[in-house]
Amino acid sequence: MKRTLWVALGAVPAIALLLGAVTLALNLRDEDPLTETPAPAPAPAGQVARGEYLARAGNCMGCHTARGGEPYAGGRGIATPFGTVYSSNLTPDESTGIGGWSQAHFWRALHNGRSRDGRLLYPAFPYTSYTLVTRQDADAIHAYLRSLKPVAQPNRPHDLRFPFNTQAALGVWRALYFSPGRPVNVATRSDEWNRGAYLVQGLGHCNACHGHRNVLGATGGTLDLSGGLIPMQNWYAPSLSDPHEAGMTNWPPQQIADLLKDGVSAQASVLGPMAEVVASSTQHLSDADLHAMGVYLSTLPLAPNGEEPRGDPAVFERGTKLYADHCAGCHGEQGEGVAGMYPALAGNRAVSLASPANLVRVVLEGGFAPSTAGNPRPYGMPPFATVLNQADIAAVLTYVRGAWGNQGSAVPEVEVNRYR
Amino acid sequence: MCLLMSLLVVASAGLRAAPKVEDSIAQRVQACTGCHGREGRAASDGYYPRIAGKPAGYLYHQLLNFREGRRHYVPMVRLIAPLSPAYLQEMAAHFAALDVPYPAPQPSTASAETLRHGEALALRGDSARRIPACVQCHGPALTGLAPAIPGLLGLPRDYLNAQLGAWKAGNRRAHAPDCMAQIAQALTPADVGALSQWLASQALPAQTKAVDALAAPLPMPCGSVTPTPP
Repeated sequence: MKRTLWVALGAVPAIALLLGAVTLALNLRDEDPLTETPAPAPAPAGQVARGEYLARAGNCMGCHTARGGEPYAGGRGIATPFGTVYSSNLTPDESTGIGGWSQAHFWRALHNGRSRDGRLLYPAFPYTSYTLVTRQDADAIHAYLRSLKPVAQPNRPHDLRFPFNTQAALGVWRALYFSPGRPVNVATRSDEWNRGAYLVQGLGHCNACHGHRNVLGATGGTLDLSGGLIPMQNWYAPSLSDPHEAGMTNWPPQQIADLLKDGVSAQASVLGPMAEVVASSTQHLSDADLHAMGVYLSTLPLAPNGEEPRGDPAVFERGTKLYADHCAGCHGEQGEGVAGMYPALAGNRAVSLASPANLVRVVLEGGFAPSTAGNPRPYGMPPFATVLNQADIAAVLTYVRGAWGNQGSAVPEVEVNRYR
Repeated sequence: MCLLMSLLVVASAGLRAAPKVEDSIAQRVQACTGCHGREGRAASDGYYPRIAGKPAGYLYHQLLNFREGRRHYVPMVRLIAPLSPAYLQEMAAHFAALDVPYPAPQPSTASAETLRHGEALALRGDSARRIPACVQCHGPALTGLAPAIPGLLGLPRDYLNAQLGAWKAGNRRAHAPDCMAQIAQALTPADVGALSQWLASQALPAQTKAVDALAAPLPMPCGSVTPTPP
């Protein structure tokens, strides 16, 4: 009996050691030995230009530039449920930026999620997607960043709660949810499809918003585009495969490309966080790449879906009147909208999403589609935060989600409060 | 009966006419007029400032200030986030060109002494404390100096208080050198209250537009005036 106890007690540290070793090993997967090379000679102009384009595709600037700050000098706070992560200085400053980073260091950051000094990086930097980027593309982005004007701006320390602020916790997270990857190359698909998959899954990191996150903030992998509430922003990034959400399966690829280029297309328009993505990233991509993304997204497997119960007609009267007073002037008495100006609400999938988060946000805050070459002067939706109270918003949304054949569920006041 | 039915159908179809919206900048910026008032004219008891008739350069700079973190009103920041500089400039020019009547001034709630203090600061400043008079930059009738310095009349008192307070606390900034920040630093809370009370209670002169030139040069360098920021 006593002997069994001693064996058990002895096993505890052994198991702990074993788990530690496994975690460590999992964290070191697919790491190339670092070859310390002197800073590369000035890169060829072609490589720098290519790197600039790829940095656009990855929207690096979106996070690595503070409001009003120097481009790529970092310092922007990214709010997460675990605290705030501050983006780092990507300019080639020797002491505060990535001036001392070799190509191998940069590749290891993108591919393995490790900083120059060996520290594990937080996945707010989406290396969980960037791990699919090729070495050649990583080197081009590195060459572009090194061509920028150095900005001396020290990185701001992250502001994360315990235990999320420890490398050990991050190591465990990575052991569970991160494994380095390589670009897909599905032989049965066209080169264009594979190019689209590469951009959507890798640099585009679409799943950072459109994937469903678990309680530890992990998505279901780069193939998961099943939709999710964007943490801390309270915008719902709809599923790209569910035909009742923003699914584009079986859409003509050109319409998907148009949406990413102009912010509007024959079937849809973008608003909120996606408007910023189009404004700062996708509108700058080549027609060929956008079409490739369209080809890939149009082949996502159709997700199963359930019918939403129809809204409660009891609140329609209040909602009907509010709609007539505040909404019909642009969206039409029958929710038909005005082509090219104001989206139709009748039959609009964004209106009937299971989560009313986006409707609440857009009614409170209003918004514009992005300014793009194809749509430089978008029409705007006014914010109603100072005009409608919580009960008004619940009523008008319940009406819009149940009128004209829409099948969205009623929106109780508590839901409005949850997302405001 | 059948005819009646079809007439009813036609009639109800007629009621469903598509909304009448025009392809105009005024229609496009309805998102702005929701808070700032129709044609940019804010209600006199509302918080949101009037933007109609303010100089175009000033309005454009404010849009940039929201965008670049020098002003922090979150709904404004989010609303304009995906818009291009060219479009923001067009919006600024649109509101600057509007010429609509001003609401009646807000009756003051302050004592006569407070109002005298506010008036003195606005018209004469306080040289002992190195505070220039408002009129030295914002024009002899406080209607602004085109293209970059706004008029100060016709604004809600709460808004004036909040802006001077934000400038004093460093929450509102402008392009460096930030002259208003320096002036706000020198103002006491009592000064801010007196200025807001006096300014909000003044009626507009007959000529409400910003003047094109001042008799004397500006008393201090201002980054939002020269050079023109990008």
